[in-house]
Amino acid sequence: MVRRVTEPEAAQPVVPLRHPGTWVATAIVLMIVALAAYSVATNPAFEWPVVAQYMFDPEILTGLQRTLELTVAAMLMGLLLGTVLALMRLSQNRLLSTVSWAYIWFFRSVPVLVQLIFWYNFGALYASISLGIPFGPTLFTVNTNTLITPLFAALAGLGLSQSAYTAEVIRAGIVSVPAGQTRAALALGMRRLMIYRRIILPQAMRVIIPPVGNEVISMVKNTSLVSVIALAELLYTTQLIYSRTYQTIPLLIVASLWYLIIVSVLSLGQHFLEHRFRHR
Amino acid sequence: MTPPADAMLRIRGLSKSYGARQVLRDIDLDVQAGSVMCIIGPSGSGKSTLLSCINHLEPIDRGRVWVAGELVGYREHRGRLHELPDREVARMRQSVGMVFQQFNLFPHMTALQNIVEAPIRVKRVAASDAKARAIKLLERVGLADKQARYPAQLSGGEQQRVAIARALAMDPKLMLFDEPTSALDPELVGEVLAVMQDLGRSGMTMVVVTHELGFAREVGDQLTFMDGGVIVEQGDPRAVLAAPREKRTQDFLSKVL
Repeated sequence: MVRRVTEPEAAQPVVPLRHPGTWVATAIVLMIVALAAYSVATNPAFEWPVVAQYMFDPEILTGLQRTLELTVAAMLMGLLLGTVLALMRLSQNRLLSTVSWAYIWFFRSVPVLVQLIFWYNFGALYASISLGIPFGPTLFTVNTNTLITPLFAALAGLGLSQSAYTAEVIRAGIVSVPAGQTRAALALGMRRLMIYRRIILPQAMRVIIPPVGNEVISMVKNTSLVSVIALAELLYTTQLIYSRTYQTIPLLIVASLWYLIIVSVLSLGQHFLEHRFRHR
Repeated sequence: MTPPADAMLRIRGLSKSYGARQVLRDIDLDVQAGSVMCIIGPSGSGKSTLLSCINHLEPIDRGRVWVAGELVGYREHRGRLHELPDREVARMRQSVGMVFQQFNLFPHMTALQNIVEAPIRVKRVAASDAKARAIKLLERVGLADKQARYPAQLSGGEQQRVAIARALAMDPKLMLFDEPTSALDPELVGEVLAVMQDLGRSGMTMVVVTHELGFAREVGDQLTFMDGGVIVEQGDPRAVLAAPREKRTQDFLSKVL
């Protein structure tokens, strides 16, 4: 049965549905957070004074610098090699695209940690490396163990696997640009390289930048894997210190705080970059 | 084979297949300098492919295409055609403008940047000259006030008019239009056709693949009807549209009109 609604009644604002469950959940979460914060602040085992003491320790700062250098170098390697791999993958030439496919398959499938240890032990596979003319005279020979320093192994492990991921990102970016763009540019008399540079890549950047930003952030954290081959980046530096002082927890907190700071700054940068490449 | 001097576009014996499917079969076509050729026909009849063969966006299987007396995309050597290197093909394309169904403006550039890009980068025209010319062209297509807009900020009709200006900026001898109004809302078709009509009247040689029979009748000097990869009928647009000789043309027109 329909009740007749009088005019003043109809003019009343509606009452939205209340969600009392939300308030209960909020209260519970706040309580848990407060308890955790209290415990972190008061548990003497965290040794906050030690954290403060080491936060800007010159040794730690050197490790931090090494972490940043590794991140930049490995990402640059990844971008350069990744671009080449992406173009090879998209090539008409079946051999080039197959080689690129195989590379990407291999370096994405083997864990970075395994690759790092592998490169570090490369000397076991080839005791010396020679440069010369194929099947002809040798120009010079070096001992593999002097050539492959921890830094070399770190860059190879991080950079080569990164290039496999970056290649896929760049390829996706290029493929995302409609074929009509290339046709229009060709019809204007432009040539392949110019079309890539002026028409395709600027449009592909919009698709490429967000995931590459994420990968820079992942790379900052992945550099900590290098600690297994005794390269003194941020994590290994803290390990070196706490193996002397036994202040394990506070030093791990120092490393964590620095990772938090770097990643936060990078996230902010990524936000601005994405904004810049968004279409008008 | 030598082309006659008066034909801006001459096609002889052009055939093309995609795999086992033959899309163009022994096409002959002549377009005189300064005239407008309209091509109509059902979808899948090979009209757009034919257009793409004229500026070598699609390679051909056999036959020959000449633009302004110059063989397109190939070099003849001992009676056989050899495909030209990219550089030569790109040079030839500069003199053939093309307008696409989907406009294909560069979305990361403003209207003005779209127009000056090829003159500056390809023809090495000084930036200031290219810009002055682009502004004149935008005035010509009625968009002088929209030069700083990005394609996404323009209507379909405006985008297509910028695309026409972009093609004209290279000073082409021949303009190809591939269903230029098919992607437009009905109320925007007129503004694009008006620009094309103005262009045709000014003496530009044009090949127009279109479904706009009114345009073909009013502006076209010649009309070609294609079906199944062959030219079925050709002639004066008014005559063909009013009294088609071929059965297939009659069937098509009875469905469209």
